[in-house]
Amino acid sequence: MWVSLARIWAVMLKELKQLSRDRMTFGMIVMIPLIQLMLFGYAINTDARHIPAGVVDLASNQTSRSILQAVEATQAVRFNHNYLSPQAASGAIVRGEVKAVLILPEDLDRRLLLHPNSAAQSTSTTLARPIGQWLVDGSDTLIAATVRSLRTMPLNDVSGHPPQTLPPTFEVVQWFNPEQRSVVNIVPGLLGVILTMTMILFTSAAIVREREHGNMEFLINTPIRSFELMLGKIIPYVFAGLIQVSIILAVGHILFHVPIRGGLMSLFGASLLFIFASLTLGLVISTIAKTQLQAMQLTVFILLPSILLSGFMFPYQAMPVPAQWIAEGLPATHFIRMARAIVLRDATLSSVEFDAFWLLGFILVGLLAASLRFRKKL
Amino acid sequence: MSQDVVIQSRQLTKTFSSGTAVNQLDLSIPKGTIYGFLGPNGCGKSTTIRMLTGLLEPTSGEIELFGIPIKHHEEALKQRIGYMTQAFSLYNNLTVLENLNFVAAIYGLKRTHRKARVQKLLQRYDLLGREKQLAGSMSGGQKQRLALACATLHKPELLFLDEPTSAVDPENRRDFWEHLFDLCDQGTTILVSTHYMDEAERCHALAILEEGNKRADGSPKNLMASMPATVVEASGNDLRGLKQSLSRHSTIVSAAQIGARLRLLVRQDINDPIGYLQSLSSSHHFELARASLEDVFVASTGGRHVG
Ligand SMILES: Nc1ncnc2c1ncn2[C@@H]1O[C@H](COP(=O)(O)OP(=O)(O)OP(=O)(O)O)[C@@H](O)[C@H]1O
Ligand SMILES: [Mg+2]
Repeated sequence: MWVSLARIWAVMLKELKQLSRDRMTFGMIVMIPLIQLMLFGYAINTDARHIPAGVVDLASNQTSRSILQAVEATQAVRFNHNYLSPQAASGAIVRGEVKAVLILPEDLDRRLLLHPNSAAQSTSTTLARPIGQWLVDGSDTLIAATVRSLRTMPLNDVSGHPPQTLPPTFEVVQWFNPEQRSVVNIVPGLLGVILTMTMILFTSAAIVREREHGNMEFLINTPIRSFELMLGKIIPYVFAGLIQVSIILAVGHILFHVPIRGGLMSLFGASLLFIFASLTLGLVISTIAKTQLQAMQLTVFILLPSILLSGFMFPYQAMPVPAQWIAEGLPATHFIRMARAIVLRDATLSSVEFDAFWLLGFILVGLLAASLRFRKKL
Repeated sequence: MSQDVVIQSRQLTKTFSSGTAVNQLDLSIPKGTIYGFLGPNGCGKSTTIRMLTGLLEPTSGEIELFGIPIKHHEEALKQRIGYMTQAFSLYNNLTVLENLNFVAAIYGLKRTHRKARVQKLLQRYDLLGREKQLAGSMSGGQKQRLALACATLHKPELLFLDEPTSAVDPENRRDFWEHLFDLCDQGTTILVSTHYMDEAERCHALAILEEGNKRADGSPKNLMASMPATVVEASGNDLRGLKQSLSRHSTIVSAAQIGARLRLLVRQDINDPIGYLQSLSSSHHFELARASLEDVFVASTGGRHVG
């Protein structure tokens, strides 16, 4: 098959000119990554803090007050309501007034004395009882987990005794994200989500638009080949994608101090693979959708699992096996895995070669499918 | 036959879910002619053109262009065909010049060649001075001139024009047709669809289509000569009343008032139409008139076609 570079070039120039006159789309290329990055970077915080909580303080003495202080000092919860009875407190949880309630019993001092976390001498653990009880609105697992983490908080500040120092079962050394900031993990993931969204939508809409506006009826009658048309149409968006990658990385680095440990070349190489994979997916969609609205719906159909299953939101390993299979079929999963490896763990493209080859295979299969499906007929 | 046949179709049929749009159409159009498709809205003009250009797959039937069956040869034929769509199909958000340059590049015109060609077309179609105007902001007639320029840019041997002058004023329509005859002179075969009688009359030959069927075809002259009805004009008082009473007879194919006269189409099997009409209404004056293409059209369509 003889491919005319001149025709590809002509389509590309035309697309660029149209793009430059379409201020909305042009603006989206820059604004989508900027705004999304701000939103996700500042708003998504998987470490819940200052959860509104209530207290039922049945002991109501010096000890109970210092325990409440110690709990608040962890910043996990903030006590802003007092209730007289556990019944009143559970009503408040149902109403949504507070997410959690701490109940401190009347015999607080005695319990504290017997408790291994505070006791000076080894006491018989059979006598030890928890010093208080948390009622938690468990509907949000993140909040529940944060409150649960208070179960074993040390009490030495309260009791004035040094804690019994039990050696931990395991020692944990945290690599790559020592401060445990979730934004460090989010930015590389966001790279995948934003590229999925914009790249698929732009290409599918760009070709479907040509059909909707009737341009296709003329184009089909020219000697242009479908392959040339598709290539010419997606190349401008490759550059758009690279611009978006640069914006996300630059802003992520400047505002959120996301380190870029691996080579930039590796990262741009991986991004380029993913951009092409998303563009070919967009091409396949454009051969299915008849209108821009349908193209949009199909894009969302791909985008949602790409956000939820790709490891962007929830750890891949935590998902049930069938969900992992679906995730494996999404380009975003492979890219986010690569991007995190390169950005956070100093990996190179060759150390994530499985995912790189997977994307390459996806591109080839996608291009083949799109070329076969794209017929020069109305 | 002395001339080559450029468009040949046999039993060409297209059926949509909504019904048959084109029904067993036979066409044979010789090189260098302007051939017209005349017919009302929805009669299948565009559908036929789309099949002839290879845009739509016929339900059944065969098409040959330049003696080559279009099936499996669509791509090779594209370079020899120009197509101006009924709806504007160029880019509204590109300028006139950008549109022309794009089309030139798609047809593979050499860069050196391109500039002169585009300049010539701008001049021919009166678009000079508008090179930088966005196509979307032009008037309907200007758009159609641009579309014709784009369709003829690669000097096609065969040109399909789907209602090319629907938005053009009569003055510009004349110019437009002058251009078509120039192209025709250079050997281009042109197929043009229209619902204007005056345009149809300019064609070398035409087909009258109705509901996907070919009702009549031939040169305008032959069509008028062989019309299966006699044209009679009536004058006198109360022409509305006369029309009412005559329309009841199945021998009167059509009756339409034109100014102070009533134009009647009388079935051909009436041997002495004047005498026949006089016997129906003695108070009016009747005389034979020359058939026009409109008479042919009326006689052939609307369930009135005879034979
Ligand atoms: N894609 C399609 N799907 C279903 N029906 C169609 C389709 N295209 C055309 N038709 C039907 O086929 C018939 C012929 O349509 P066509 O567009 O060929 O008419 P036309 O002669 O060009 O009319 P006009 O003068 O209005 O342009 C119409 O009844 C139309 O509704
Ligand atoms: Mg039409």
